[in-house]
Amino acid sequence: MSLTPADIQRLALLSRLSFDTPASQRLLEGLNNFFAIVEEMRKVDTSGVVPMAHPIDAMPYLADHAPSAPEGMALRLRDDVVSEDNQRETNQRSAPAVERGLFLVPKVIE
Amino acid sequence: MSDLHTLGVAQLSALLQNKDIGAVELATRMLARLGGNPHNAFLSVDSEVTLAQAKAADARIATGDTSPLLGVPIAHKDIFVTADFPTTAGSRILEGYRSPFNATVVQRMGEAGMVTLGKLSCDEFAMGSANENVAVPSAKPQAVTNPWDVSRIPGGSSGGSAAAVAACLTPAATGTDTGGSIRQPAAFCGITGIKPTYGRASRYGMVAFASSLDQAGPMARNAEDCALLLSAMCSPDLDRDSTSLDVKAEDFSRDLNKPLKGLRVGVPHEFFADGLASDVRGPINTALENLKSQGATLVSIALPRTSLSIPVYYIIAPAEASSNLSRFDGVKFGHRAKDFTDLADMYEKTRTEGFGDEVKRRIMIGSYVLSHGYYDAYYLQAQKIRRMIADDFQEAFKQCDVIAGPVAPTVAWKLGDKSDDPLANYLADIFTLPASLAGLPGMSIPVGFGEGHMPVGMQLIGNYLQEAKLLNVAHQFQLATEFHLKTPGGAA
Repeated sequence: MSLTPADIQRLALLSRLSFDTPASQRLLEGLNNFFAIVEEMRKVDTSGVVPMAHPIDAMPYLADHAPSAPEGMALRLRDDVVSEDNQRETNQRSAPAVERGLFLVPKVIE
Repeated sequence: MSDLHTLGVAQLSALLQNKDIGAVELATRMLARLGGNPHNAFLSVDSEVTLAQAKAADARIATGDTSPLLGVPIAHKDIFVTADFPTTAGSRILEGYRSPFNATVVQRMGEAGMVTLGKLSCDEFAMGSANENVAVPSAKPQAVTNPWDVSRIPGGSSGGSAAAVAACLTPAATGTDTGGSIRQPAAFCGITGIKPTYGRASRYGMVAFASSLDQAGPMARNAEDCALLLSAMCSPDLDRDSTSLDVKAEDFSRDLNKPLKGLRVGVPHEFFADGLASDVRGPINTALENLKSQGATLVSIALPRTSLSIPVYYIIAPAEASSNLSRFDGVKFGHRAKDFTDLADMYEKTRTEGFGDEVKRRIMIGSYVLSHGYYDAYYLQAQKIRRMIADDFQEAFKQCDVIAGPVAPTVAWKLGDKSDDPLANYLADIFTLPASLAGLPGMSIPVGFGEGHMPVGMQLIGNYLQEAKLLNVAHQFQLATEFHLKTPGGAA
């Protein structure tokens, strides 16, 4: 299965990128070369395998290697409390366009 | 002490603690070597900031503070945000960016009293294996060169870090490793580098490439120095990084001097297949024999999905990258295109101007494998094989304590040789990707020289949280050999 020039256009739109014709052609060729090696991966029988989104997924069954830490082997959320000071000026120091403490963008509502 | 710059972290620490030299004097000497930016290793220096940090270190030493890294110079990969230096991640889109805060890793090294010499070049957003994908300064971006042969690449993406340590421009550097970006440049430049277990070092303030793979680690002259640096770098950062492991800080130097008698070293035959160049195979085999002579046993093991790790990694990493890099939109920070018609046009032009070719390529792959109709076939399938690769390692670790093999199939190649062929770069990552996908700790130590007298690195992979064991093996090897003491001509 090969990508087509129309695929490149659709993906560029999704990616918020644009390519001129020569760049688009180079990209198409490059991605098709890449997806040729991906075909090998698609053939693997993975029925019953749980997808691994994250290495920390794979760590709990190592409790015997890290007896001190099994309870630590999970993603967590911190308490929902304010922990940072207001740093608006520092945060906006590198912004391309700022006015009265607000980030400026082109008009989106007429 | 004319050769101060050739000394390692532990040696410099002893001189500083003995008051044989002051931190300001040392920093001044090191900064003096950065004139003309040898090997294009640095992206920014600021002697005022460096000397202020050195002065503070001297003040701490004067009060009797004996912290082992106090006053020792370090330089940070430009992927770590810093309040006192610009941060570009090697990308035009971040040129001129100043972070309001320091990455946790930068903060920890600062608290340990280390003196920052500057920021080091890297592939744009850490995407590359040769440090040829650097896009800043946009007026004249310069590929980093290998101090052993300036016509060759230093490896990547932490190429500036590896070149700077090898050329004795800094005794220590930080790096990040997503698919091999610490281990491979360390191997190509003949230095020592370690990527700890995923989650050991905080990712807070590391410009994100692939969040389930990115991990920080130290690069230095030897395992002893890496152990000191890693001990300062790793500790829980629970409020700032949800993937930071809740595992106590460790003294990674504690097992350095354990003899290797009884150690079982797993040798995966897939790492020694036809694709491995003979000039790399030779030094690796000699190094394995050395471990054997120290009482270790070599055990043949299988990592049957080694070659599958290439498509799996190059699906998962770009998928995560396409999501992470969506934050670069020209609104809150970084580059913004000058002319545009509306908001969507501004996004598109900003990103098209701001990102380099390889970054765009990976964003496009990521958008594709995450898009409707392809998600299951590509992204989910890759995640399932990722689990199988992680399981393969657990199977292997039933038979061995550490795994050893090459870091890369060849020595460093010539600048430009693979720059038009991304796939060739991807294929060369074959031996570092499996441990990255599993989240295991891995390191590279110099074990000899191959074609063109270029350094060869041996990879050591440990089970989760077994960094101290890796460093133990590496240190024992380095006590018995002198490869880590070699410096390229001109560096000393």
